[in-house]
Amino acid sequence: MEVAAAKAIGAGIAVLSLFGVGLAMGNIFSTLISSVARNPAARDIVFPIGILGFALTEAVALFALLIAFLILFT
Amino acid sequence: MAVEGKAIDALGQFELGTVLGPVGAAVGFTQSNLYMLISAGLIFVLMMSGMRARAIIPGRMQGLAESAYGFIDDMLQAQVGEAGRRFLPFVFTLFMFILFGNMLGLFPYAFTYTSHITMTFTLAGIVFVLITFVGISLHGRKFFGYFFPEGAPLWLAPIIIPVEIISYLSRPISLSVRLFANMVAGHVMLKVFATFVVMLAGLGTVGPFLAVAPLAMNVALVGFEVLVAFLQAYVFAILTCIYLHDAVHLH
Repeated sequence: MEVAAAKAIGAGIAVLSLFGVGLAMGNIFSTLISSVARNPAARDIVFPIGILGFALTEAVALFALLIAFLILFT
Repeated sequence: MAVEGKAIDALGQFELGTVLGPVGAAVGFTQSNLYMLISAGLIFVLMMSGMRARAIIPGRMQGLAESAYGFIDDMLQAQVGEAGRRFLPFVFTLFMFILFGNMLGLFPYAFTYTSHITMTFTLAGIVFVLITFVGISLHGRKFFGYFFPEGAPLWLAPIIIPVEIISYLSRPISLSVRLFANMVAGHVMLKVFATFVVMLAGLGTVGPFLAVAPLAMNVALVGFEVLVAFLQAYVFAILTCIYLHDAVHLH
């Protein structure tokens, strides 16, 4: 197998982890919405933690993208 | 050119060259340095001109400067408590530097200095060294008790301690890669969609009408990138505060 083909396949496999990240993102915001729906007064407490969770999960997605780029370009 | 042969050149925008003509070439003054100086100058102007008025009821500029300061102060007090106040200048500088770096990169022809791993790893490394130093100077040898949570059964120690050490050592890596990858991914997407606009617009008479679609996508993407710029600066700052809480209070 040529190196370029192997790199392309490797990069494709590397981003399969985004499946878990998408699941987690949906989880964060669905919990955020239902907790605010149960107790609207908690919005100012819960929202910053929700945004922090979103950013940390997005970081995992970008780690996967980074690995894909590393496989493809080096 | 953005399109070379069959591939779109998305990563070439991050290469550095010297600016300011022969003077810059002599000392190696790059776009990164230039935008770091611009960002430092802007932060300085914001804080100095904002606080010049010193009114009890703040005007707009003073309100802006005070709200930036208060945002970081509240974050530190909520996370670390009163002992965290002495880190306020450091966390404030960190937050404003990263925020202005991310935001300035969104202007056309500007350079995002936080899109280089050397830059973000230096910042994350400074935070990591500071946290370790604060932890050891405040708690001495008990700092290493951080890696073994109390109340855990002793037979788990050979498993827990290496895992805790590895997750502690991965903090600067995750901090730096998070910021770096967010900035790189955002700007690569902008470049790719912009190249689509150019490629589509060249396709005969119907081309320019087709090119509106990637252009609209780019507009939405710039809006998203403004949000990501602020969010990544906030996440860097709040993770610094959380690590400071761990160092000062040892869980």
